Amino acid sequence: MTDAVLEVADLSKTFAPRHGLRRGAGHPALAGVSFELRERRALGVVGESGSGKTTIARILVGLEKASAGDYTIGGVDPRSLGRGAKARKRRARLVQMVFQDPYSSFDPRQPVAESIRQVLRLHFDLTEAEREHRVATLLEQVGLDERRGQTLPRGLSGGERQRAAIARALAVEPQLVILDEAVSALDVSIQAQILNLLTELRQQTAVSYMLLTHDLAVVRQVADDVIVMRDGRIVERGATDSLFEDPQHPYTQLLLSCVPRQGWKPRRTREARAGVG
Amino acid sequence: MSQLLRVEGLGVEVLVEDRLRPVLRDITFEVGKGEAVAVVGESGSGKSMTARAIGRLLPPGARASGEVSFHGESVLEMSATALRAYRTGGIGMIFQDPRASINPVLSVGDFLTEPMTTLRGLSRQDARRRVVRLLDDVGVSRPEARLRQYPHELSGGLLQRVMIAAVLAMEPMLILADEPTTALDVTTQSDVMAILDEARRERGMGLMLITHDLELAAAVCDRTLVMYGGRIMEEQASWRLHDAPLHPYTAALLASRPSLAVQPEYLEVIPGRPLSAVEAPAGCPFANRCALAIPECSESAPVVRKLRGGRTSCIRAETLAPSLASAREAS
Repeated sequence: MTDAVLEVADLSKTFAPRHGLRRGAGHPALAGVSFELRERRALGVVGESGSGKTTIARILVGLEKASAGDYTIGGVDPRSLGRGAKARKRRARLVQMVFQDPYSSFDPRQPVAESIRQVLRLHFDLTEAEREHRVATLLEQVGLDERRGQTLPRGLSGGERQRAAIARALAVEPQLVILDEAVSALDVSIQAQILNLLTELRQQTAVSYMLLTHDLAVVRQVADDVIVMRDGRIVERGATDSLFEDPQHPYTQLLLSCVPRQGWKPRRTREARAGVG
Repeated sequence: MSQLLRVEGLGVEVLVEDRLRPVLRDITFEVGKGEAVAVVGESGSGKSMTARAIGRLLPPGARASGEVSFHGESVLEMSATALRAYRTGGIGMIFQDPRASINPVLSVGDFLTEPMTTLRGLSRQDARRRVVRLLDDVGVSRPEARLRQYPHELSGGLLQRVMIAAVLAMEPMLILADEPTTALDVTTQSDVMAILDEARRERGMGLMLITHDLELAAAVCDRTLVMYGGRIMEEQASWRLHDAPLHPYTAALLASRPSLAVQPEYLEVIPGRPLSAVEAPAGCPFANRCALAIPECSESAPVVRKLRGGRTSCIRAETLAPSLASAREAS
């Protein structure tokens, strides 16, 4: 076995054609995707809507079934765990996901510290004192004080909720955390805080990250490696620096050319898109 | 440049728990014919409220003070008839979520042609021809077929192009675009901004772009206005804003955004979270997060004043501007 936390081989997903949708049987959401993520690394998955990046994440956490292909997390095929509460618990120890809008993933009637406490109760056999210590440590790790922990999700700002969601994901001590557009909706000043938090957490914990985003600058800041996806396929992959400095695939080049920066002028992409094929 | 929109000393108060609370204070700026002005800020900065005040679309119970004039006519005092003409020909508004502002039970064709037949007196056929041309122009493929489709059948990017076509169809003199590309992919964003840019150049439309994205603002707008806590922090030519910000808030915002060019291990962060105007203290609303604040910053309400070809509300701007500029240069 290698030191790969995540191994994905030839993963495919075809959604059954639904009436009225353009995506029919001939247009798979995911068409034979293979990649691996090594321990303590952060992998950026870049792509536009419909690229298949969210489908990968949903398959990995068990929200969607792959049509074909294999994957292991920490050397375990989560599908081999079977069904039921026990299997779900083991799966949760393998992979956790943080979504764009943390509000909808919290119980609105429960202070966020209580949500974390429940996760700990479910997964670990701790004394009450040990558990409280762990809750406090987790909250502190993500920069929330005890008082904020006692607050209901609606009483927290967007950035604080995202911190709490990250703390809850880390509470299970998973091998892999998937962040699905987790900083996209945050204000610029808050986004910077969360990105720095991720950098800090990577130094403190052994967790590996998979970061799905359409924001290339965010990927450049956080990820060690990048895969670029389009129409369910990986069109380019590589170490972040080399991929950004010397993109090979015309689609990667197109994406990079569309990022606003000083001296940038918006232009129509119809021809460029056609050129990519 | 001839003046199109003038906002002077605009203040807005809204009802919060049965009390009127200020959300905008002393907003003054202009947009000229064919000019693009960006309004940049984080949540609670008041940027969207400014657009709503200009469109006279304030929430119930809100009170506006100061002056908003369009071609010299006071928007806040317009009669119902004048307001209708203003909204259907003077300004056109584009919002972040096209699904929230489109009628889901009207086909794209009916949605687009209705205002042309009822307000502009075009025949159905003429309106259709015009709409097809416009859709093609904004990069919608197979426009004839699209006319028969309903909003739920279109992707967000496609629907936003339809909304832009609807706005361009009325040939407004000024487009107010509130985060028009935030929900879109980067390639679609490039398309949408290119379309707006062309409309501005070819038809001399004014553009007021409201965005959280300083890079986008600077790239497509002539001037950029930075707002925070319901106030204007600074305003200047976009090309200068990047290299020589006139307010510590702008400088901090520029530094905290990850870039494609340089990756420090840690980004420079602004501590705390953005305050809304309702929460803002008496003095400079940014003072409690500002690394360069002095006690005087919190004492009295900041006044926007001219400096180095732009405007700033920072009382320390004269002292700080050179170091803010050289910090930008170093990054």
